Amino acid sequence: MAEVTSALEIDASSLHYRELNARLREAVRDGVGRVDLHNVYGQRYLGTDLHRPIEIHIHGTPGNDLASFMDGPHIVVHGNAQDGCGNTMNSGEVVIHGRAGDATGHSMRGGKIFVRDDVGYRVAIHMKEYEEQRPAVVIGGTAQHFLGEYMAGGVLVVLGLTLRPGERHIANFIGTGMHGGVMYIRGELADYQLGKEVGSVPLEDDDRHLLEGLVGEYADHFGGDPAAILSQPFTKLVPLSLRPYGQLYAY
Amino acid sequence: MRPISYENWYNDDKVYDACGLIGVMDVTGERFSGHDIVKGIVNMTERGNGLGSGFAAYGCYPEHADCYALHVMYTESESRPQVEALINESFILVHDEEVPHNPTPGLHHPPLIWRYFVRVDESDPNRDPQDESEYVVSKVMAVNTAGLGAYIYGSGKDVGVFKGVGHPEQIAEFFGIPEYDAYIWTAHNRFPTNTPGWWGGAHPFALLDWTVVHNGEVSSYGTNRRYLEMQGYHCTMHTDTEVMAYAADLLMRRHNLPVEVAAKVMAPPLWVEIERMPAQEGQLCRTLRQVYSSLLVNGPFTIIVARQGEMIGLTDRIRLRPLTAATQGNRLYLASEEAPIRLISPQLSRVWTPVGGEPVIGRLGMSLDREDASPQSRTAQPRQAHALAPVG
Repeated sequence: MAEVTSALEIDASSLHYRELNARLREAVRDGVGRVDLHNVYGQRYLGTDLHRPIEIHIHGTPGNDLASFMDGPHIVVHGNAQDGCGNTMNSGEVVIHGRAGDATGHSMRGGKIFVRDDVGYRVAIHMKEYEEQRPAVVIGGTAQHFLGEYMAGGVLVVLGLTLRPGERHIANFIGTGMHGGVMYIRGELADYQLGKEVGSVPLEDDDRHLLEGLVGEYADHFGGDPAAILSQPFTKLVPLSLRPYGQLYAY
Repeated sequence: MRPISYENWYNDDKVYDACGLIGVMDVTGERFSGHDIVKGIVNMTERGNGLGSGFAAYGCYPEHADCYALHVMYTESESRPQVEALINESFILVHDEEVPHNPTPGLHHPPLIWRYFVRVDESDPNRDPQDESEYVVSKVMAVNTAGLGAYIYGSGKDVGVFKGVGHPEQIAEFFGIPEYDAYIWTAHNRFPTNTPGWWGGAHPFALLDWTVVHNGEVSSYGTNRRYLEMQGYHCTMHTDTEVMAYAADLLMRRHNLPVEVAAKVMAPPLWVEIERMPAQEGQLCRTLRQVYSSLLVNGPFTIIVARQGEMIGLTDRIRLRPLTAATQGNRLYLASEEAPIRLISPQLSRVWTPVGGEPVIGRLGMSLDREDASPQSRTAQPRQAHALAPVG
């Protein structure tokens, strides 16, 4: 996170996303440390095309593809995010004090997303990793169907903290087409909820270490007791094959 | 403000679009101005491209609430006498007028649009008195298939349908949408993909008091259309969404299926899900898939369907198009995005993403503050609390 050297307040109520993103590029260029965007109602692609650390606080409801292609900034959403948050994001962090929509973490290549509450369909679809670039998506609540669809890399954590006692995750087709990366889901899953391409394996010390770090960060952002969260069992899901469809069109 | 220089390496001229939908219902039946719905649909300007927008309003004609409000679009204005003769010989004409409109910059060649408030002659011996709706449907189809360049694109009692080719703010200005009051409003912002952008092809699509606004593509259009034609519905609007309006009428009015069942026809559970269901529910779903296989709506879709007393949001079974639902006070909101809902009502008691294939249903007289409606609730939806109440 950048040290706050100067701060900027922008009233976004009458600004199109192009103007708003131009103002953000300008702020990055001028070395501004923190920008607060007020009255945000659905402007898309906020934070896209920014390549240096800057802290951006969004007050309102950012539009689709928040932080898409973002490379370095730290975004805090004081509200809910819509669909496609973190699309192809390269580095940086998005912290959402609320819920997020479908395809959160879509094709993400690096950086972290923390969502306090629930998320929609197809979260972390085609998230990927390469060498040191290993993205992470941490969901505090639960997720809908096709979680981790076609996931090719990275770490996806679902904590289920919004589930009531006895309530289970409803997501089906979890990890359909998954061929890389790892998922940790706190709470029980039935076999039918898993896609054909994933399998459940026991957690090892490295897994626990990774989870301790991410759950600790989650608690730093939103509160909660990491030890209590970690005391419940997690299901670890990994792909059964690195090329699940290698034979699909070959006879 | 100093001029902004764009330092954009990637040139974001390529803008991704899809249709935008929004619906607002007051479940107590209190009518409110179209001002809010215009604000909401205009907020989703990125989702359309100026080739279509429209509004449906329930309860907007209180002075003629018991009349069918026939909205007629004349792409060939010289056919008006012929259509009016047909209307006069089929109905009792109570009132007619050109639909009021304002000169609007940027709107090109609007057709002549007229509305006729009519009643069905109850003493007509040639007509089955039990089947007034069928009679109206047959007259609508007769005009639309006559090749006159005239289309009855709205035919409900106390239902206004306003649509055309333009951006939402233009269509709203053209028809003066904020000047109408209604207790259900739905609106559409179009980005046509497979079919032409013309005035009749804008959403909503309507028949009797049904209206449908739609985001997506009906891949099964051919199958659906052929089936509906066998039932007396004729597709004349050159747009896939039209089959949804007729399917809603067939399933829920003519075949009298509850919304929950009709939703399982149009967006049926997958076979693997049916296999896991309790025996009776599984049997119902299997039967529906067999009986109504030709009304399965394939392809990605989100629709907001409305009729008097009811507003329904539904997505395809694997949710390939977005829908956000929210409640505040007596209002139920459905929209493609959350932002337009927040713009209308910054405070919301609940916001959720409905599960694919499961309808969100708003009904007159229902309570939106039920215990299961906690902010954490993911699948809980407003459900029927009272029988459909008459509006008037």
